[in-house]
Amino acid sequence: MSLKGFHIVFITVTTLLALSLGVWCLAVNRGAGAPGYLTGAIFCFAAAAGLLTYGVWFYRKMKRLRLIT
Amino acid sequence: MEIPYTTTARPDTGLWNAKIGIWLFLASEVMLFGGLFSAYIFLRLDAAPGHWPRGLLNVPVGTMNTAILIASSVTVVLAWAALKMRQFSKYKFYMGITILCGIVFLVVKLAYEWPIKFHHFGAKITPAALEKYEPYLGNAHLREGGYEPRVEISGHLENPEALHDESIREYHIKLDAANAEPLNPDNDRPRFWPAPMSDKIAHVSKDDVQLASMYVPKHSTFFATYFTITGLHGLHVLGGVIVFIYLWLPVSARLYKRNPEQLANRVEVAGLFWHFVDLVWIFVFPLFYLL
Repeated sequence: MSLKGFHIVFITVTTLLALSLGVWCLAVNRGAGAPGYLTGAIFCFAAAAGLLTYGVWFYRKMKRLRLIT
Repeated sequence: MEIPYTTTARPDTGLWNAKIGIWLFLASEVMLFGGLFSAYIFLRLDAAPGHWPRGLLNVPVGTMNTAILIASSVTVVLAWAALKMRQFSKYKFYMGITILCGIVFLVVKLAYEWPIKFHHFGAKITPAALEKYEPYLGNAHLREGGYEPRVEISGHLENPEALHDESIREYHIKLDAANAEPLNPDNDRPRFWPAPMSDKIAHVSKDDVQLASMYVPKHSTFFATYFTITGLHGLHVLGGVIVFIYLWLPVSARLYKRNPEQLANRVEVAGLFWHFVDLVWIFVFPLFYLL
């Protein structure tokens, strides 16, 4: 696997981590009602959205530059 | 004699030398970290109730370090892409940021996260004395909520000489929030933002203590595995940073002028290693900091 392939795998795993972290924060917030966790959940979902956007941008850029065939 | 397949792929395998080398190396690394993670999971599953510490690590700092490593993975790929497009100044810029991210990660770990633990103290109370220290443990309250019991009183050790001096029969502990206000529901679960230490001081008799230690590997299986895995991971980060610094120094400019594709391949191989190291952290972070 090339660096660009590994990078796409890495960004995918990282996006999943951010999503699951967000869900975990929401679950703790519902159980304990701690406001810090709600902020954490919002931050995590925003990070997941950012990573997903970056992943798509990166894939398109690599295609455009013909570094991914 | 020129070594073949340093820049071009071998026709039968489709790989150049360094790429097959790094993947074999990474396969061995997967086994190394896989073994350590397995050990951690089995030790944790087998821990007695209340004996696996939770919420002792600083989640916001861990999150920041995770973000730093993710950012460094992005910049290392951008550095490699810049080389492929023959934009050497952009390569230097992105590689510089990658190096900076690696150094910041290590500094946070070695100058902040670890030293704080070395100065934090915990005394595990013997089962017979748990009732005596109930005002600091709040186990009746925890039982009602269905939470695991507390068996440790922790905080800042005000008389550190007590650790070595047998004539001193008590530990004076400036309490953590969880022991200062054990009935506060905010302390039932690990906190996202660490609570400040209280001013309350507990006097804990040595006769009632099973094990007293700073937050070092000796303290618990948790800290033994934490320091082993994060220490090994930190060494990998250090190794990556050293390689990146070499690839950033003037030697890279000379190689770039002579054979830019060979430099791009070297950066790709180092980048693969860096991604692996970052991927390990992506597993370390939730396992140690959150769960």
